[in-house]
Amino acid sequence: MTLFRTRRGGTGLAVVALSAIAAAALTGCAPGSSGTASTTSQAPVSTELTTDDVVLTIADETGFPVTDKLTEEFTKQHPNVTFNITRDTFQNLTANAPKLLASDTPPDLIRLPTLGDTVKDGLVANLDPYFDAYGWDKWPASQLAPLRMTEDGTRGSGSLYQLGLGYSVTGIYMNTKLASQLGITAPPQTLDELEKDLAIAKAGGVQPIMSGDKDGVVNFVVQAAMNQYADKDEFLSWMFNEKGATFDTEGNVKGAELIRKWADAGYFPSDINAIDYFTFNSNFTGGQGLFAWNGNWEAANYQKALGSDVTYFLAPPATAGGKHVAMGAANSFSVAAKSKHLNEIAYFLNWVHTDEKARQIIVDVTGASPGGDPSLALPSVESGSLIGQALEMSSQLGAEDGQVDFMANTTAGIYAGSIIPESQLLVTSQITGQEFVERVQKFYEGEVG
Amino acid sequence: MSTRAPLITRRVAVSAAARRATIAAWLLLTPALIAYISFVIWPLILGVQYSFYDWNGIGPSTWVGFENYLTVVTDPTLLASIANAFILVAFFTVIPVGVGLMLASLIRTMKAGPFTTISQTILFLPQIIPLAAAGIAWSWMYAQTGAINQFLSAIGLGGITRSWLAGYDTALPAVGLIGSWVLTGLCTVLLLTGISKIDGSLYEAIRLDGAGWWREFFTITLPGLRQEIAVLITLTVIAALSSFDIIYTSTQGGPGRATLVPGISIFRIGFTQSDVGLASAFGIVLMVLVLAVVLPIQRLSRTSDR
Repeated sequence: MTLFRTRRGGTGLAVVALSAIAAAALTGCAPGSSGTASTTSQAPVSTELTTDDVVLTIADETGFPVTDKLTEEFTKQHPNVTFNITRDTFQNLTANAPKLLASDTPPDLIRLPTLGDTVKDGLVANLDPYFDAYGWDKWPASQLAPLRMTEDGTRGSGSLYQLGLGYSVTGIYMNTKLASQLGITAPPQTLDELEKDLAIAKAGGVQPIMSGDKDGVVNFVVQAAMNQYADKDEFLSWMFNEKGATFDTEGNVKGAELIRKWADAGYFPSDINAIDYFTFNSNFTGGQGLFAWNGNWEAANYQKALGSDVTYFLAPPATAGGKHVAMGAANSFSVAAKSKHLNEIAYFLNWVHTDEKARQIIVDVTGASPGGDPSLALPSVESGSLIGQALEMSSQLGAEDGQVDFMANTTAGIYAGSIIPESQLLVTSQITGQEFVERVQKFYEGEVG
Repeated sequence: MSTRAPLITRRVAVSAAARRATIAAWLLLTPALIAYISFVIWPLILGVQYSFYDWNGIGPSTWVGFENYLTVVTDPTLLASIANAFILVAFFTVIPVGVGLMLASLIRTMKAGPFTTISQTILFLPQIIPLAAAGIAWSWMYAQTGAINQFLSAIGLGGITRSWLAGYDTALPAVGLIGSWVLTGLCTVLLLTGISKIDGSLYEAIRLDGAGWWREFFTITLPGLRQEIAVLITLTVIAALSSFDIIYTSTQGGPGRATLVPGISIFRIGFTQSDVGLASAFGIVLMVLVLAVVLPIQRLSRTSDR
């Protein structure tokens, strides 16, 4: 019984044939397009919504219901515009996004966490004309900066290629019931106070930090520590892939070493590398863990599960009275360069940022700040609710100019390829903070090259 | 002259018939050939081509020669993932084929009846479960509060309970055992079929000679199953070296890179990091490795046939 050819001559022939075809393929034309931007003729920029019947397509991630609610409301206000939303998991969507955008029938609007090569390859639409036409210059420039990219692929400046359906902020949730049992009465004001609280919890038999690292969520804790020591602009320049920028800075190392110290002290769950995002959330809402580092998007869920036994605050600075620095980012969406409905999509995006009902939906569904012109009224929220606290945190961060991007967004591959595996080693005391920083930087250099 | 004429006609007739048969054969082969060329050969050629370029899958590409291959054979992370794949061979091949042999010869000695049918069905059951689903189900069983630890605690081994997939030393064996669980059924059923083909008089003869179970196993069963074993080793080694789904759904290569295998690396490099060239080169290297392991096994089973 054989699975392969039995005649030796046949095998030889196959090899020769294969090499011949391969050689032919190699000497043929190189793969990929040689030109860059697709120059499909676009309708002239208009801020008037069409009266024709239009179907807009959106590619979004699963478990992100805000697009459903927003499009429902938009169609209610403008019945001639309907939507067709397709969903895929975050990981699949980000992996497939370039191919979707390059196809002949790209989605008009697509959830795109990292721009990557899409600008260079001419796959996403430049929104600058709409920026001028709609007067988006009134919106906070710092909120839009991470959504810009220069032609050579540096983020943070250049033309606008994305907008957010909500702008998130991250902080620390504290289980106040556990806290009061431990005699902790208020959220910590400095990193030192936070460390003391962690030690109290450990001594009191309470899991100090609930987190997971099967899929990387512990990096909210890791980066929150780094943020307090790092030079914010230097850190951002690395995340934006500026030339010569490095992750290996004194501040980042200090933050990573603090995480190693916490790992040594047993503040993380012992099986942290087997805990995924879902388990992490159900553990914390089930009353395990004094603190949980997470974003505003879980505010409504945590409130529902823990009622009044939970509070939310920005990660404390290293020194008392210091400025807050926290991760936050747009739930970023891009418009396909080949979209035939650029005007309509831009109208929709502008509407999301300005319409009262749309802004309310953003806040109610995601707990994120709706962004847009700061002079517009903020949506109403229940006072003292976690979502209310999240909105306050967002505006405090805006006032202190303390928002940084997520380091996971630095390059397309760095999160899965380096940050997750190295952080798994860091939070289980397998490598030092210095090693963590060096290894991530090495991977970064390999990818950005 | 007159004697040669019929011979020529006959020759012409024979060659015409042969030609017709050849044409018919090619016609019958065509559908399969088209499918094989478009879905196996052509992608393979493209893969070889891509492996010589620096390309993100969409934009312009740059010819880089053997640079991608150089990266594959020098990058310690990628080499470590290849090493992990070879460790998995122990769990995907050695255990299933070994256990399968034992079970098959045990079942053979049993009287055919409901018990043997039920045990065969149960053994084969994991084979019909998608590997991705098996990975998810097992990651629950391996969790801190999962079935495995509950069982260990119940039999008084509470001291060794742990989160099996989170430990650096236990993750790879734990993932490997999922593969053993899936493949043992396949091996048992295939080997049982093989045993049923062995001439029963051989067993009678050796028993008359006073041989015991072991003697019987090594003298009759094992040599009789040589071809089946070669097929199973081939299939399971391929499964081990190109494993993806079980690991993707259970550990995603973690903790750290303890369970990283080439399949996961290639997927990440190609689709997340959009480095199609390097991913293709790694894919080609993986293919060569699989062939290097599998072809000698084929040859072994063939030469011993003669």
